[in-house]
Amino acid sequence: MNYTTDEMMTVAAARVLRDGASCFVGIGLPSTAANLARATHAPDLVLIYESGCIGAKPDRLPLSIGDGILAETADSLVSVPEIFNYWLQPGRIDVGFLGAAQLDKHGNINTTVIGDYADPKVRLPGAGGAPEIAASCKEVVIVVRQSKRTFIDKLDFITSVGLGDRSSFTGAGPGMIITDLGVLRPVGGEFTLTQLHPGVEVSQVIDATGWELKVSPDLTETPPPSEAELTALRKLAG
Amino acid sequence: MASVSSLAEAVADLVHDGDQVALEGFTHLIPFAAGHEIIRQGRKDLTLVRMTPDLVYDQLIGAGCARKLVFSWGGNPGVGSLHRFRDAVQHAWPVPLEIEEHSHAGMANRYAAGASGLPFAVLRGYTGTDLPEHTDTIKPITCPFTGQTLTAVPALNPDVAIIHAQRADRKGNVQLWGITGVQKEAVLAARRSLVTVEEIVDELDPRPNAVTLPGWVVTRVAKVPRGAHPSYAHDYYVRDNDYYKAWDGISRDRDAFQCWLTEEVAG
Repeated sequence: MNYTTDEMMTVAAARVLRDGASCFVGIGLPSTAANLARATHAPDLVLIYESGCIGAKPDRLPLSIGDGILAETADSLVSVPEIFNYWLQPGRIDVGFLGAAQLDKHGNINTTVIGDYADPKVRLPGAGGAPEIAASCKEVVIVVRQSKRTFIDKLDFITSVGLGDRSSFTGAGPGMIITDLGVLRPVGGEFTLTQLHPGVEVSQVIDATGWELKVSPDLTETPPPSEAELTALRKLAG
Repeated sequence: MASVSSLAEAVADLVHDGDQVALEGFTHLIPFAAGHEIIRQGRKDLTLVRMTPDLVYDQLIGAGCARKLVFSWGGNPGVGSLHRFRDAVQHAWPVPLEIEEHSHAGMANRYAAGASGLPFAVLRGYTGTDLPEHTDTIKPITCPFTGQTLTAVPALNPDVAIIHAQRADRKGNVQLWGITGVQKEAVLAARRSLVTVEEIVDELDPRPNAVTLPGWVVTRVAKVPRGAHPSYAHDYYVRDNDYYKAWDGISRDRDAFQCWLTEEVAG
């Protein structure tokens, strides 16, 4: 089956979620990947949305983190203060799945502003739940399309903390950045290309990265999406 | 005991120029009709408080009702940016907009402190981010028992909180269910409150997981069927996702927005 680079990215992200784990899900690509995991190899994946839905089991993709389908299918519905204080903050959640407007080689994320804070070039939506998801989930996976606009050398604003000083946090921070080209993992405190999707050249990934990208000598290749994965993904997307 | 009136009377009585106003509802039960009534009555210089400003604050900001925004995520969920909010922050259009920016956890805890009668709330978070540098309502605090450094955020006590609920009874007892967000905290934190409801019934029969706000903590109830559209009211109507998508086009352009304002709200 033919597939797009976005489909490869989503499938690669879904595969890292193990059955039975709990996953705090951001909207967009992360939500698609988490729902794909549930529809394929991880039927008992516990999806947690910041709207207070714990154990949501949607059969189609929600447009927002508070869609009715999430509330109707959740094991438990709690208030927003409770989801952050009782469920996220103590480090109870296994994986945080995040997107990013910009990120750097340390896995710090900017979703706040491009340019000067007081006089911005582009005002982005802001923090939402991301800083605490990045701080408190046991591990964090970032799912984002790779480009020089997104993968930049120096962030204008740190909204969510990556591999830096994590002494006051319960979680281990980002362990993986999954893109439409490959997978980056931290090596010596810096996100390094460790895995390529099929048909992608290293030079393409370097060209799509705004910092001097290090490449692992032991590069692996992502297995292409299976027919079952693609069928499930396309069914979800409707 | 809460009194019952029309929406127009409720907004005239409870929302004043310069007030700090919180319209809450986390994706679900967003009080859009009340927001539009505030625009119609031409309120100015409001400090708008809301975790997720969403389309309703994009509309209030574009209409020039707000002087300041206190928030934690200003986007069009699943679609993209809020262009009226963006235009106000980037170009001071139609009026300059001051911002006070938090994370969701920070805002949720600020409401909880407000509802609890406490001056501030404590949480883990914000450390290592650039938010404390730009937001002076985020400060480090030392735990007196363990010596750990945590973060303190001040309570929110809005002049008025406005929420939408499924229903109320004739005494003004309010019942809402589904995703209940931070509405209970917002109402209990505020000095005055307005609840718009889908219907007013003789008796509130129990609902699983429902939040009940007794009439004696609510100032005013107004019946406004479909008052949460284009967001949704669980068990009444679904979210109008097409409206959210269409808003992207309307809100990108000042003239298109002005047309929308004249046709859909003012008229």
